[in-house]
Amino acid sequence: MKYILLMAGTQAGVKTYRAWSKNDIDSHMAVLRRINKELTDSGEFVITEGLAGPDQARVVRGLKDGLPVTDGIFPESKEFLLGYWIVDVKTPERAYEIAAQICVAPGPDGRPTNMPIEVRQIMSRPATS
Amino acid sequence: MKYILMMNASKAHWDAYATWSKDDLDANVAFMRAFSKELKEQGVFVATEGLGWPQQAKIVRAGKDGEPVTDGIFPESKEFLAGYWIIDVESPEQAYRIAARASAAPGPGGTHGSMPIEVRQVLSGFADLGI
Amino acid sequence: MTEPPTDVPIEHLLRELTPQVLGIVARRFRDFAAAEDAVQESLLAAATQWPCDGLPENPRAWLTQVAFRRMADYIRSESARHRRENEAALEAVRAPHPATVDASPQEDDTLVLLFMCCHPALTPASAIALTLRAVGGLTTAEIAHAFLVPEATMAQRISRAKQSIKDSGTPFQMPTPEDRAHRLRAVLHVLYLIFNEGYTTSAGPALRRADLSAEAMRLARILRQLQPDDTEVAGLLALMLLTDARRLARTSAVGELIPLAQQDRSLWDRQQIVEGVALLSATLPKGSVGPYQLQAAISAVHDEAGRADNTDWPQILALYDLLKRMSDNPMVMLNHAIAAAMVNGPAKGLDLLDSVAADPRLADHHRLDAVRAHLFELAGDRTAAIKHFRSAAGKTGSLPERNYLLAQAARLSSDPRPIHNHE
Repeated sequence: MKYILLMAGTQAGVKTYRAWSKNDIDSHMAVLRRINKELTDSGEFVITEGLAGPDQARVVRGLKDGLPVTDGIFPESKEFLLGYWIVDVKTPERAYEIAAQICVAPGPDGRPTNMPIEVRQIMSRPATS
Repeated sequence: MKYILMMNASKAHWDAYATWSKDDLDANVAFMRAFSKELKEQGVFVATEGLGWPQQAKIVRAGKDGEPVTDGIFPESKEFLAGYWIIDVESPEQAYRIAARASAAPGPGGTHGSMPIEVRQVLSGFADLGI
Repeated sequence: MTEPPTDVPIEHLLRELTPQVLGIVARRFRDFAAAEDAVQESLLAAATQWPCDGLPENPRAWLTQVAFRRMADYIRSESARHRRENEAALEAVRAPHPATVDASPQEDDTLVLLFMCCHPALTPASAIALTLRAVGGLTTAEIAHAFLVPEATMAQRISRAKQSIKDSGTPFQMPTPEDRAHRLRAVLHVLYLIFNEGYTTSAGPALRRADLSAEAMRLARILRQLQPDDTEVAGLLALMLLTDARRLARTSAVGELIPLAQQDRSLWDRQQIVEGVALLSATLPKGSVGPYQLQAAISAVHDEAGRADNTDWPQILALYDLLKRMSDNPMVMLNHAIAAAMVNGPAKGLDLLDSVAADPRLADHHRLDAVRAHLFELAGDRTAAIKHFRSAAGKTGSLPERNYLLAQAARLSSDPRPIHNHE
């Protein structure tokens, strides 16, 4: 079963992250890399992606005069997607376990960041052309 | 450049979706299929996924011993990711044009929605030379 | 089942033969798109059969024959629908056996192929994909893997590129002399883009992105053989050699970017630097100096400095002054500002940036912020530097770049020296 593990943040949160020390960034990355490697070895890893900063995000709502109607979006407090993992696991509990590992990845001063991870099942699609 | 096109919807929106007529649902699904097909024909398609209902969504935090602590309670206002496309295009403008087509997905009663599509660049693992 | 012979040599052989065979078939049948399909099928047949049956005596003739047969099948099925229009093509099918026809590759064929694949009507991504397949001989799967898109998408991209070429009515022959310079520039640009795409920060299986740089250099060498007197062709090859020479020093073991000033120069490929400098020295005196030669010269000045603080910045600045006059590229303006800062002080560099910042192509570009940050740091304004590094981090689409920019901000933030208030 495929699950998507979504990590969201806010402008304030991202600002804080950008102020982490190099050591803290490195430790955090090392743990995420280790998790990815373990998932690859176990065959559960499908993909992970990070998204570019919300400064560049746009919401598009249809066309007006042939041009997309765009809007830059995020009010200070609004949550937006930072990135995600897709894992292929046997049970939802395993997906929660993996999410918890990501949660405890260290942040400033080695304390777990405790970023909440939203876990959603991915709908399997019938084979199409 | 890779972009993600995301459809987000509040729980209220999802609940309303559950009350659509069969015809409206079919039209919406048909639109989504045709749209993905179009992306493939253009040679820009990378991926697409539909996500499960928010009723099944869980927020996971780690407990004291690292064990997962799950919770199904979300604020009323929260927007849930319903699905996304990832496309590989030459420019952000091309991504917005494609998103504009996605946002024309038909809604209830045969209306043509202007469903908001959030467009974000997907970070690449590569850095260019800057020459 | 016995272990098949190692297919690495077969793979290399097939890649080398691809443009040769495609040239022969396209020249023969005057239909580039169909010829490319036919050659793809012959390559597939070879990749399947040769490991089992062993290499044929004349691999190129083998591939050509199979491709000719495919073309014949294609024309017959087409002609069943358009009999009269295809009389001429049918004639070609009735022609004597390929072995008795002049089925030797013409030198020009690969050049014509390059011109076709890099046709200005194509988008950069399409031209890159088509060039890698038709001239580079890479498989669709390999190209898809290198660019992290599904194979079906890459196949479609290439298919559409070929259709665009067909629709443009471009014949399989050399461009007219009037068109030549413009078309050659397009080829150089595509090869440059492939080279640039090859800058990877992590190793991986199969076709690593780093191999794209090697592939670009291989194609540039082929182009140089075909156009030995063209100075910009030589300039591009020199630029690639001199830039690629630094590849091992450019990233750390965990994939972090290391800027030029901090690179371990003992990791630079000295042999490649010598080759690049020699090529450049032989080329510059010919007199028609262009942007690639100038970029190569700038690279050479960097590569010849034993240590970062021995870099001849006045020479680099002079080269950027020249380059600015012939290139519209906003990245050149940014790099020029850095060189100016190194020679005349950071304040001068920052002034230049203010005028460059007006260019709409740079609005919201992370590199403008990144260069500003760097110059503010040189100027001693740590606060402004940190702000701009963080701002740049939020704008870049590259994960390694983002991490690098945040690391710079972090480094400055944790600097224990007191910040002198410049506000």
